[in-house]
Amino acid sequence: MTDQTMVGEGEFYSVGGPLADDKAPDGEIQTRWERRKFASKLVNPANRRKHKVIVVGTGLAGGAAGASLAEQGYHVVQFCFQDSPRRAHSIAAQGGINAAKNYRNDGDSIYRLFYDTVKGGDFRGRESNIYRLAENSVKIIDQCVAQGVPFAREYSGLLDTRSFGGVQVQRTFYARGQTGQQLLIGAYQALSKQIDAGNVEMHARHEMLDLIIVDGRARGIVARNLVTGELSTHLGDAVVLATGGYGNVFYLSTNAKGSNTSAIWRAHRRGAYFGNPCYTQIHPTCIPRSGDHQSKLTLMSESLRNDGRIWVPKKHGDNRPAAQIPEDERDYYLERIYPAFGNLVPRDIASRAAKNVCDEGRGVGPGGQGVYLDFADAIKRMGEPAVREKYGNLFDMYARITSENPYKQPMRIYPAVHYTMGGLWVDYDLQTTIPGLFAAGEANFSDHGANRLGASALMQGLSDGYFILPTVLNNYIGSQKFAPVAADAPEVTEVETLVKERIDKLLSINGDRTVDSFHRELGQIMWDYCGMARNDAGLRKAISEIRQLREEFWKRVRVPGTGAELNQSLEKANRVADFIELGELMCIDALMREESCGGHFREESQTADGEAERQDDKFSFVAAWEYAGEGRFGGTQEPVLHKEDLIFDYVHPAQRTYA
Amino acid sequence: MKLKLKIWRQKNAVDAGGMVSYDLEGVSTDMSFLEMLDTLNEKLIMEGEDPVAFDHDCREGICGSCGVVINGDAHGPEQTTTCQLHMRSFKDGEEIIIEPWRAAPFPVIKDLVVDRGAFDRIIGAGGYITAPTGSSPEGNSTRIPKPDADAAFANATCIGCGACVAACPNGSASLFVSAKVTHLNLLPQGQPERTTRVLDMVEQMDAEGFGGCTNTGMCTVSCPKEIPFTSIANLNKEYRRAVQQSNKA
Repeated sequence: MTDQTMVGEGEFYSVGGPLADDKAPDGEIQTRWERRKFASKLVNPANRRKHKVIVVGTGLAGGAAGASLAEQGYHVVQFCFQDSPRRAHSIAAQGGINAAKNYRNDGDSIYRLFYDTVKGGDFRGRESNIYRLAENSVKIIDQCVAQGVPFAREYSGLLDTRSFGGVQVQRTFYARGQTGQQLLIGAYQALSKQIDAGNVEMHARHEMLDLIIVDGRARGIVARNLVTGELSTHLGDAVVLATGGYGNVFYLSTNAKGSNTSAIWRAHRRGAYFGNPCYTQIHPTCIPRSGDHQSKLTLMSESLRNDGRIWVPKKHGDNRPAAQIPEDERDYYLERIYPAFGNLVPRDIASRAAKNVCDEGRGVGPGGQGVYLDFADAIKRMGEPAVREKYGNLFDMYARITSENPYKQPMRIYPAVHYTMGGLWVDYDLQTTIPGLFAAGEANFSDHGANRLGASALMQGLSDGYFILPTVLNNYIGSQKFAPVAADAPEVTEVETLVKERIDKLLSINGDRTVDSFHRELGQIMWDYCGMARNDAGLRKAISEIRQLREEFWKRVRVPGTGAELNQSLEKANRVADFIELGELMCIDALMREESCGGHFREESQTADGEAERQDDKFSFVAAWEYAGEGRFGGTQEPVLHKEDLIFDYVHPAQRTYA
Repeated sequence: MKLKLKIWRQKNAVDAGGMVSYDLEGVSTDMSFLEMLDTLNEKLIMEGEDPVAFDHDCREGICGSCGVVINGDAHGPEQTTTCQLHMRSFKDGEEIIIEPWRAAPFPVIKDLVVDRGAFDRIIGAGGYITAPTGSSPEGNSTRIPKPDADAAFANATCIGCGACVAACPNGSASLFVSAKVTHLNLLPQGQPERTTRVLDMVEQMDAEGFGGCTNTGMCTVSCPKEIPFTSIANLNKEYRRAVQQSNKA
């Protein structure tokens, strides 16, 4: 990597020493995980129950980890902010889960899934991690079937699969449009059995507000009971954060309303580096917004692109109803530009193409912010009952939200923020830069590079939770000595005091703006300048606007009520304060990365025909950001950038083509 | 739209609580029911009042967090979740009465928020197939006839929202329990625990204080996922079978 000065260096951030993953073995990629497992320390089954592992989050990664660690014999203490572990946002994943089973005999293999994921991530992911993910995919299906997950089946009684974007094999297993729900319920049931058996101490309606570090190792958390407001400290030998992504920094996203960055952001402030914060996935097929009251956006599964055809009118400003636009006046633009993949190009490409046609003035629906997803041909070919069988629940959901009948007229869709590839930086053992602090699922940055392929999030969450964490935690716990931490140790009480002070401060401002008004404003800044297309001037503007917003927040926010009760405004205020700080770091990261890659499109870096242009000579690295500021109520100092060079031994970077 | 809202306000679990009226203007027919409540809350906060607490999360009808009784119906006039209900289902000027789920095993925590922990404990008692990580055979080694897989799926779609309990005059959790028993007992993987599962889940259901089923069918017409009423018949069948089995043993 060259040592030239980066854009914004010295102004918004400084550059620190390089960073490397020192856990993945070298050599043949096919055996790296096997060798790592064999080299790992073990903990005698009888000793495991003496060790307490704290798991925050109960989605696919957290739920699977909690259950699996408890099955091994560890004493697990687990948290979720929802009223039940079954409600974590993994539940909303619709389309499916990838696995290299090759049941279709269509040329799939672990290597091909690995290859597709490295390429799909636009060569910004780590090969070792991705290969392991592909390897584990096969076992995940077996595990979930054994739990009774009702995957779709063929008349033969065998498991069915379908296609997803960015690949040419049928490797996606699914349960109608509710795959995430079914997989999560599987993990939740396994976890519930362990809760019932007393092996997992479950704290629902609790939110982690800070991390406790003793002698340089993560040893506990401070959590707030969302019903009583009581703050409690939980100590253990290791902490796992499986707290999901931070797409809600945009206010409007497909995430659940409660999804937030606070757990990983507080850990970041305590020393965990944040990897690639600007890598955001904007999903191409969401229901367009209907007005200012919009509180969230709803995804229509990518699986719809298997049978739906995407188009806009050829003419600008053509506002005839879809049915009145003749075939030769329609532009099936994905099929035209990308004939090999057609409507199944990866998400980043499909989203940008939709933005381009709308920017040209060819968008449909209110405000011209939409494109058609048309099932007329599919209904003609397969018949309406077959379409209903495959996509019925999605069509129903669309009809309910828009009051339009998608069997009779094409759906209108528009891209929306959906997933964040960035997250806490972790090594091959999913350990952050704080020893004893692990991050799993969407909360870490590791496997999807700059763009996640469809049906890979469920795969990663479960791979981390069922198969990786149980191994790496054995190794961590087996190779350390743990003295008990006293409840009144200064490292503990100091954090408790800070958490309490922050809550008191939020409650005392009593300003003239609601938390939501700040959140909406932050979201608008992020969407305008750090959304589907980004440029130098816009990002600088965003950074300055976010800084002002932060100042304003701490002066003018109004949080009614007290800290000693169920107080949803206080919960939101705690989260939005963190989103504001994270938003600034995302913009700094996006400014620094003067290349286009995956979901990160820098207008300055594109090919003659408008495709994203990577700059491997300068940016083939993971950006791991170190928190540098002490600023207690908002103010942050310049973060420090550490680069982890990406090494490609197997899949050699090339410009992605889906034409 | 202009609405007259009557909402159950209760500060905490021990407060007696009562209905409070609010006038709300500027409601769009495209708003979801929860977005209408958001609008009310923004207004209340600016007026220095405590906003109405309600549970919600995904707002796309799958997490099962939301759920209130609207004009006497669990989740309101459409057969869907509260988050997927839109204001176009109401008339301008209409009075809307909003209450929490009412059932002894679901105590009110605050306003419209209730404690549904009983459902988690019922699942913990037996609503699973034991399959410790690492122990599973190859996924396609057991074929499952498509009709069985589809029926299991139809029952597995339960989101645990609790509308069935809120709608039932007896406060029965039979539909919830029957959905899980039917899902798991239909599958070949679920057979080894078939007997203990239903016995343990029903025992827990009774211990939580849920009422008995008298076939009113209110549960199934309130269920946003349309869990079939026949699942309760199946629960009874499974229970009878399990009792006979355990008598033999």
